[in-house]
Amino acid sequence: MEENLTVERSRVPLTKTDFVSDQMVKWCPGCGGHAILASVANVFPKIGYRKENFCMVSGIGCSSRFPYYVNTYGFHGIHGRANAIATGVKISNPHLSVWIATGDGDSMAIGGNHFIHTIRRNLDLNIMLFNNQIYGLTKGQYSPTSPIGSVTKTSPQGTIEHPFNPGELVLGAQGTFFARAVDTNVKIMTEVMLEAARHDGTSVIEILENCVIYNDNAHLQITSKDLRDEHQIYLKNNEAMIFGKNREKGLRLTQGGLEVVTIGENGITEEDLLIHDQYSQDPYIHLMLAKMSLPHFPVAMGVIRSAMFSTYDDMVEEQIKHAKENTQIRNVDDLLNSGDTWEI
Amino acid sequence: MTKKKNDVITKEDVVVKFVGDSGDGMQLTGNLFSDTAALEGNDLANFPDYPAEIRGPINTIAGVSGFQVHIGHKRVYSSGDMCDVLVAMNPASLKSNLKWAKKGATIITDYDTYNDKVFEKSGYTVNPLEDGSLSDYNVIQAPITTLTKEALASLNLDNKTAEKSRNMFALGMMYFMFNWKQDKAFDFFAKKFKKKPIIVEANKLALMAGYNYAETVEAMSITYNVPAASLDKGRYRNISGNIATAWGFLAAAERSGRPLFLGSYPITPATEILMELAKHKSLGAKVFQAEDEIAGICSAIGASFAGSMALTTTSGPGLSLKSEAMGLAVITELPLVIVNVQRGGPSTGLPTKSEQSDLMQALYGRNGECPLIVMAAASPSDCFYAAYEASKLSMEHMTPVILLTDGYIGQGSELFRIPKVASLPSITPPIAEANDKDYQPFKRDPHTLVRKWALPGTEGLRHRVGGLEKENGIGNVSMDPANHQLMTDLRYNKVMKVADSLPLQEVTGASEGDLLVVSWGGTYGAVHTAVEDLINEGKKISHCHFKYIMPLPKNTEEILSKYKQIVVCELNSGQFVQYLKINFPKYNYTQYNKVQGLPFNVSELSDKFNQILKEI
Repeated sequence: MEENLTVERSRVPLTKTDFVSDQMVKWCPGCGGHAILASVANVFPKIGYRKENFCMVSGIGCSSRFPYYVNTYGFHGIHGRANAIATGVKISNPHLSVWIATGDGDSMAIGGNHFIHTIRRNLDLNIMLFNNQIYGLTKGQYSPTSPIGSVTKTSPQGTIEHPFNPGELVLGAQGTFFARAVDTNVKIMTEVMLEAARHDGTSVIEILENCVIYNDNAHLQITSKDLRDEHQIYLKNNEAMIFGKNREKGLRLTQGGLEVVTIGENGITEEDLLIHDQYSQDPYIHLMLAKMSLPHFPVAMGVIRSAMFSTYDDMVEEQIKHAKENTQIRNVDDLLNSGDTWEI
Repeated sequence: MTKKKNDVITKEDVVVKFVGDSGDGMQLTGNLFSDTAALEGNDLANFPDYPAEIRGPINTIAGVSGFQVHIGHKRVYSSGDMCDVLVAMNPASLKSNLKWAKKGATIITDYDTYNDKVFEKSGYTVNPLEDGSLSDYNVIQAPITTLTKEALASLNLDNKTAEKSRNMFALGMMYFMFNWKQDKAFDFFAKKFKKKPIIVEANKLALMAGYNYAETVEAMSITYNVPAASLDKGRYRNISGNIATAWGFLAAAERSGRPLFLGSYPITPATEILMELAKHKSLGAKVFQAEDEIAGICSAIGASFAGSMALTTTSGPGLSLKSEAMGLAVITELPLVIVNVQRGGPSTGLPTKSEQSDLMQALYGRNGECPLIVMAAASPSDCFYAAYEASKLSMEHMTPVILLTDGYIGQGSELFRIPKVASLPSITPPIAEANDKDYQPFKRDPHTLVRKWALPGTEGLRHRVGGLEKENGIGNVSMDPANHQLMTDLRYNKVMKVADSLPLQEVTGASEGDLLVVSWGGTYGAVHTAVEDLINEGKKISHCHFKYIMPLPKNTEEILSKYKQIVVCELNSGQFVQYLKINFPKYNYTQYNKVQGLPFNVSELSDKFNQILKEI
């Protein structure tokens, strides 16, 4: 991918410490937030922009305390509105690298509308969606991503709502970038964050996050040491889709959709497996990958989609440039005196 | 009024109302009439009166669209109460507007549209032209449709296209009535329909036919002369309040050097500001049509944080949706102008009608102790200065401002003496300097209590703000009780100190006396006219019209204390009077209110004031 040239690069090498704020991190011990914060501190120096050109925006929720913990320009917004606030930041100043910390309540429920429209417009923003499938800050109510039947404080008999799969929502809203990572894997988080930064357009990173207090082990089936190799597939561009402890399993495309196959069984070889093309503009296979869920499929990790489309912020600048080059009205005095005027 | 030999009546002012179906082109006709009067040197004020539906059913009252023009030799402050001339293109428009015609008014109507089928749709049981119900008026029944089609016969247009020029036939009759030269209209057509020469020709023929018809019929024996007004020297144009608002913002952006950002969602009657600003990308305006009202204001707050002169525009229901985010702008102490072009409420209410019923919401409609500046524009052209001033105060005092206008002044128009941008007051936002070692997000100017605006991207000023309470100065999240008290007081005092930079409140008429008429916002025209008339009659009455509401000008109480009685006039059930009573309880208030979606009539105000004066 090409580097983003809109944001000014740092003239001096930066390190983690350049981004550590002096504020006490108040997340619960064991909260996934800590690892996400560490990943951000890892990745920001690698991205290479001037430290003053980063801007962190959030809404409300545990995730949304994030801006206080990173030493950048930061804005802690109101519930659900992080994406709308960040939209204004980026349109106002396209030279900023804008990062959004949001959660499954903030962006899937109260801010769902802003989430889909931000994605549809393809502004160059980076959305980190902390998905712990629960409302933590309000102490344990179900969220739009809680699996059906989840017993929570507001669903004592289990939820009767069909949950959102954030990836499906992103692609349904014509998202150009979607990646998934788990909060226990700093390496993959760092990799996808770096790719998100380089993607010109709205990047959504779904981070499967553990809430130790209200929804502990919610992602255990995906993340536990014994199961993760079988239950996750880490997608890499241009590589065959292989997973499993012994890397013996793979995905192939049949007329009925994706299928899990075992290499060596029924004459299957690596040649039969799907090769990941994250840059494909057609979202068809990306959608199938994003939707994969247990128990029949592994959950896809890594960059699922990273397609090039024009961005809203670039087009704003282009329209302004074009308008300036093709106008008689160069200042407000011209405007006030345009059209029908007369002297008295 | 003097009647001359040739039956030309010279008048100080005339009110003309054009009414017809939504598709009859009444807005264009009214605008052309008004533009012509402007070229004749008259002062003027206009008001379009259109239904909530885009094209209501033809020939029904729901589909009637109108445009009222008030032209004067004297200064004109409102679009006028009752009309001297009513041009009604069909029975429905006559039925719904007859109540706005003065007794003895001239009514011009298209005779060809009067038939049983149409009567039924318009709610008439008998032909109003024949049942004597119009005997108090000078009715000119002109076969406008037939004559228009005949006039256009040589162009071989289809019926539908030809009939579209009916409005220009009617305008031609008005040109004769006001002794205007037809070539003015021809110039307009040439400009307006530059790309459609056939329409230019059709409208020309229709206008000439109307003019000639009026000259021929005996009913048009009286014509008017409204001499030019004595206006200050300068360059003039016609401007509506919504356009003036947009332009005031553009001027403020240019003067302050802060790029304009508007985040907005379409809503009647505020949408024109959004549409107008969207046109001016050449001036660097960034206009974002958001997915909803909340995204409109939140994107503006983000843009303000990033250093733009940020705006959001809306009307009543939208202001409700923006409430929470306004609190965010207050607690982050960021500049932001929120325009509320008020309409009839509550809820969806009367979208196309005007009201002043959002004042309490503007002042208090947020959670927490949440003070901000509230201003109100007085007239269409004042919207320019109000928008400019709102932007200036917002940026210089680092606080959101609610600017209240309303549907009446937003859509109404009047003459505007074009200022030079360089002549407007300078705007100097308190932008923090790079690498300022002493920078703290909530460190304040000791006099104004204003914090600095540190723009993302600037070296050495990285900081965080947000909706959680912050420690004064350093800006860390703080739940400390004493700090919350301090910040609450600081936010309030910062807004109250804005009064130090406001002009003193002015009074029209004697500076003390029997009766002080108080008004605010878009009712200025009607109230001012009513009071001025009574002053000219020798009555002891004065007028105080407020544009700055929160904070109030510093001499407000001094003014209130000088009169025996105060009457507060507003288009709501008494919101400003309540606010004055809270602030200055010891004076003798009475109130005059109307909540009908209509502006004040001068006559109802005069009646009320006379009644109070008698009782004092």
